[in-house]
Amino acid sequence: MSVKNIQSSRNKKRYFKEKVFKMYGVIALFISFAFLVTFFGNMIFKGYSGLRQAKIYTTISITPEVLEDPAYAFLEDDYYYISRDEIRRLPLKIQDSKDMMNKTFNEWVIADSEVDQYLKGRPNRLKNSDKKYLDKLKEEGKLKLFFNWNFFTNGDSNLPEIAGIKAAVFGTIYVMIITILVSVPLGIATAIYLEEYAKDNWLTRMIEVNINNLAAIPSIIYGLLGLAVFINFLHVPRSSALAGGLTLGIMNLPVIVISSRAAIKSIPPSIKEAAYGVGASKLQVIWHHILPLAVPGILTGFIIGLARSIGETAPLLVVGMVAYIPDAPTSFVQSTTVLPAQIYTWSTASLRAFTEKTALAILVLLAVMLLLNTLAIWLRNKYEKQW
Amino acid sequence: MEKVYFYVFLVCSIILIFLGHYFGVKKATFLEAEQKIKSRPHYYGWYSVILMAVPAFLFYTLLSALSYYKIIYFNPLLTYTFTFLIIVIALLISLKKITPEQNARLKVERFINITLLISAVITILITIGIVISVFFESLKFFKNVSIFDFLFGTEWEPDTAFLGGAGRGNEMVAEPKFGSVPLFAGTAMISLIAMLVAVPAGLFSAIYLSEYASKRLRKKIKPLLEILAGIPTVVYGFFAAITVSPIVVEIAELVGLKAEYTNALSPGIVMGIMIIPYMSSLADDVINAVPNSLREGSLALGTTKSETIKHVVLPAALPGIFSAFILAVSRAIGETMIVVMAAGLRPNLTLNPLEGMTTVTVRIVDALVGDQEFGSLETLSAFGLGFVLLIITLILNIFSMKIVRRFREKYD
Repeated sequence: MSVKNIQSSRNKKRYFKEKVFKMYGVIALFISFAFLVTFFGNMIFKGYSGLRQAKIYTTISITPEVLEDPAYAFLEDDYYYISRDEIRRLPLKIQDSKDMMNKTFNEWVIADSEVDQYLKGRPNRLKNSDKKYLDKLKEEGKLKLFFNWNFFTNGDSNLPEIAGIKAAVFGTIYVMIITILVSVPLGIATAIYLEEYAKDNWLTRMIEVNINNLAAIPSIIYGLLGLAVFINFLHVPRSSALAGGLTLGIMNLPVIVISSRAAIKSIPPSIKEAAYGVGASKLQVIWHHILPLAVPGILTGFIIGLARSIGETAPLLVVGMVAYIPDAPTSFVQSTTVLPAQIYTWSTASLRAFTEKTALAILVLLAVMLLLNTLAIWLRNKYEKQW
Repeated sequence: MEKVYFYVFLVCSIILIFLGHYFGVKKATFLEAEQKIKSRPHYYGWYSVILMAVPAFLFYTLLSALSYYKIIYFNPLLTYTFTFLIIVIALLISLKKITPEQNARLKVERFINITLLISAVITILITIGIVISVFFESLKFFKNVSIFDFLFGTEWEPDTAFLGGAGRGNEMVAEPKFGSVPLFAGTAMISLIAMLVAVPAGLFSAIYLSEYASKRLRKKIKPLLEILAGIPTVVYGFFAAITVSPIVVEIAELVGLKAEYTNALSPGIVMGIMIIPYMSSLADDVINAVPNSLREGSLALGTTKSETIKHVVLPAALPGIFSAFILAVSRAIGETMIVVMAAGLRPNLTLNPLEGMTTVTVRIVDALVGDQEFGSLETLSAFGLGFVLLIITLILNIFSMKIVRRFREKYD
């Protein structure tokens, strides 16, 4: 073999290795995207059916006996397929409108979760005889799937067919208000102080190290802090939006400080110097020149921090926000739950019908996340400036 | 009804403060028409606002806090009235204080400087506060359980601890045991699995994105990775428990192994995928920081791109990649929701990833969720675990920062 041949065969090997190496990168990225697609596909597959809810067209006859035992109002055949909630609430309904008494009417009522699951072709615990009867109802058009408004207008319930996310969504909003109030003003003020006022000495450096450390602490430790300081020491009510919001606010603080500092740092000194040159005071330089230019960067950091806080669960579990809360909160000190905590509670529920609720709640949460992240990326791309 | 009073008070105060600003500016403008004043008129407005709002706010907070903790009780209505009076008096004083000699700008700026300083100090106090609060609570725990038993014991059975809290400590029950080794072993195992997924995938993603991908492709792929990073951990946990675990069990059966539904493998894999974008973005920064002259020098010698990466870029970036790895590890050991939902509760000292095992964070959550008395030993054990976890993450973080600093000096 000539030297040339040896070289070309060696080169072939090298080029092959080059291709293989590049392939590794493609495979690595592919793993992430395959996961992303599987994951979203899985959640949508599990959760889409939660948007619809089975209802039964049945005959309700109101007699005085119904007030004592609402079971009398329903047809015996249909009774076991109707949601316990419809049965429970019937006496209250009658009391609200007296003219219902001694009347018989046909109505669409919410079906039991097992019926609902059967209609959607999901695993259920119905017997074959039940299924036959339900098939008959379906053929007669007396059993149908409707859009599940209850999911958005109800709070939590132990009955999956009427459980909804309203209480959790409002809880999340309440908690986020506190989180923003705690972290944003404090974070931006600290960032301005560190960037514009603090002298470069050991204290400043120590603070910088501290803040970086703070950002790396696991979120559950913030939960412990919230429990020890806010609940145990300051006696903030447990499970309240205030306790959760303060805890998340402190967790969010380093994120805001770091991103605001980066935004302030990225402004070229020439702008500052020009402002000083025409006689502006320090505060005027900051207020009129630095902050307006840093706003997009600060806002991006704020949105990313907000998205992270909305999805955070562990510290909230620790401060007690996993309780069963069926009603939307009306104040910051009453027991509240949040959307991720609701997802956690539902995911541990034993009834199979809660799986689709969990997946649907996850889709809602992911939609909010995607929206916030897109907003942050858009802001960054739009206002990113090369000085 | 009380709420209505509060809103009336709030609205009145805000209106009054706005009026203060308006009058301040008006008076300053009026003065300016006759003689030179030291600052621009609107500074006088803000000067009034500060004089009104700050004492009123401090006073209101003080009274509310005193009432809330029942040290001295003030009727809310009384609090509102007094606060409102303070605002009115402050308004009169501030209007009187606005004179041509008064330098309002200096005063306002000094106030803002002080506010900024106080904010920075609060932020720092919070940092120290976290460590101290967790430290003191864990101290209470270590008074009851010796540190040696905690760190080296191999049995974690806190279930009978509540009896001691209920004053029934003398009853004949098994002693609660707080040996944290199985918990840390579980954490280590799951973190290891996560790293086995995250490090190769993250590193090769970063290499591909920074060395091979075109700018356009990069711009498209990065946001997708960021979506992966933005998915809440509770969602990953649900996915691990509901979807990945059954798959793992099935695959294990196909191979002839027995896997539990709460195995260590599924939370490990899912956690690894969660960390991929974190690892890749950190590694990406490091690889981009390697100067181009190194690459060009190597390419000029006739190496292929992959040879340049393997022999020049990666060795130069190694300290940074190592520090990224450490940060990813600290992220993995602190991760909570995935393991809470998918890893199980049983302390289990084993090397088999198909068995269920528990982690430090799972036990922290387990000890604190529920109706435990705060002072009970089980609750306190969570603080003991949390403290050790905190120390570990702090050490890892400082270690990685040290490496980065040393690395930076090389090329600056």
